[in-house]
Amino acid sequence: MKDMMPNFNLLQPTDVASAVSMLADAGENGWAMAGGQDSLDWFKDRIKRPTTVVDLSGIASLSGIRETADGVEIGAMTTLTDVENNAIIKEKYGLLSTAAGRVASPQIRNKGTLGGNISQDARCWYYRSGLDCYRAGGNTCYADTPEGMNREHCLFAASRCVAVTPSDTAVALVTLDASMVIQNASGEQVVAAADYFVGPDIDIENMTVLKPGDILTAIRIPAAWANATFYFEKVADRNTWDFPLVNIASAIKLNGSTIEDIRITCGAVECVPKRLNVVEDIVRGSERNEDTATLAAGAAARGAAPLNYNHFKIPLMENLVKRAIRG
Amino acid sequence: MQKKFSSDRYDPLSTERDALSRRNFIKGVIAAGTVAGAAGLVTGCSDGSDSSGGSAASSVERLITINVNGNSRPVDVLPNETLAQTLRNKLGLTGTKIGCDRGSCGACTVMIDGVTQNSCSILTHTVRGASVVTVEGVGGANGELHPVQQAMIEELAPQCGYCTPGQVVSGVSLLQRNPNPTRDEVRNALAGNLCRCGAYNNYINAIVKAAESA
Repeated sequence: MKDMMPNFNLLQPTDVASAVSMLADAGENGWAMAGGQDSLDWFKDRIKRPTTVVDLSGIASLSGIRETADGVEIGAMTTLTDVENNAIIKEKYGLLSTAAGRVASPQIRNKGTLGGNISQDARCWYYRSGLDCYRAGGNTCYADTPEGMNREHCLFAASRCVAVTPSDTAVALVTLDASMVIQNASGEQVVAAADYFVGPDIDIENMTVLKPGDILTAIRIPAAWANATFYFEKVADRNTWDFPLVNIASAIKLNGSTIEDIRITCGAVECVPKRLNVVEDIVRGSERNEDTATLAAGAAARGAAPLNYNHFKIPLMENLVKRAIRG
Repeated sequence: MQKKFSSDRYDPLSTERDALSRRNFIKGVIAAGTVAGAAGLVTGCSDGSDSSGGSAASSVERLITINVNGNSRPVDVLPNETLAQTLRNKLGLTGTKIGCDRGSCGACTVMIDGVTQNSCSILTHTVRGASVVTVEGVGGANGELHPVQQAMIEELAPQCGYCTPGQVVSGVSLLQRNPNPTRDEVRNALAGNLCRCGAYNNYINAIVKAAESA
């Protein structure tokens, strides 16, 4: 049992500027820790061995949910429980509230943060067990082999690596057109959710644009999709704790029963949350009914390239799209 | 002093059962009244002030005080030490169990400022200034059982009992924020506590019963 983590310097800044400078000093050996629910597992397994861990939990300005002129800003260190139960999020952005409530277990949601949930690393167990796969800087993929156990892996956009996005809140945030605020030594930048997540064709070793020294400080959600008709569903092997086999998040603007506008995003089928543009184009302007849903579902998984053990994800994805569209 | 510190270091291979040395150590720390100075010797921190990251170069101070079950407990904590390790190995609070040590099973559940968290997945240094309640702290001061514990006995909830401390803490936390939960709310509140004996229904029955009796 590898129960004691290797030693590291623990730094506990109380403001973002100090945290940024500490991470800049530490460089490649630094690790920004949010809730620690994933970080500590990496350390315990001795696969990630930073020498300096910067604990962001003491920075008060990174927590909390504020209404802004054109939407809402959520501090990256806000716990998933607080996101789930916040009155503004519940009332206007219920999609995110529902998604946050489906993450992991109550204990993890009480400690785990929204920023950490969307920035967590791939769950591929070959990668997690410390093998020298592409994502770990090696030159092979253990999952995409005839014997590889790839039931949980991707249907789309494989590029050497076949890992999928494990986050439930990420699909909700892409659907809501959120943007991420990142700070580092050279200042602040704002990145659209669609650009925040990166696939293996762009950067095979990272799931997000975050680089060593970067801190995700806030998530901004515009009012554009507030109070839309939302649908979120997550299918997992276990109803609690587990990561999604496939999840779906949609926001629909209805005019009577006509779908005026829609955004729909599917998780755990690609390395990034997969925005289903084809489905959106098909149903926009149509009645919200069983026929429209069936038509959309038929197109949802077009182009899927299943691996040996994950063919089941295709009908699963189609059915989730169907349920999201017909409501 | 140096020697006392090294003897208190957590050694995963040690089978030492002698709690006396730890107790003496802790007493020594309290009595000495030179905590800050001693910490300077051990950690190399020269300022001896609060360790909340004023200096970018130095790690946290190891000698800290955490509030556990209403008591201030001075303790020597490594930067890479989890709360479950501190509670069990340094503070003698072995009611908190370590099951998976990965935040999956909930056997190590404790309350931090009233909300349940997995103590195996928290660094002890992050709960300085917070109030920690373990299964030892949910009952009365004179050992009276909490209604949840009493109901678990009556409903024969524990089978092997390993997950029980976590189930108790999750149940107590639920009743603190929601004294009249529905059965579904109880199920959700216990969703992070695995039970390999499969006694889930008995645990849920017990918490529903405790809510009714309170």
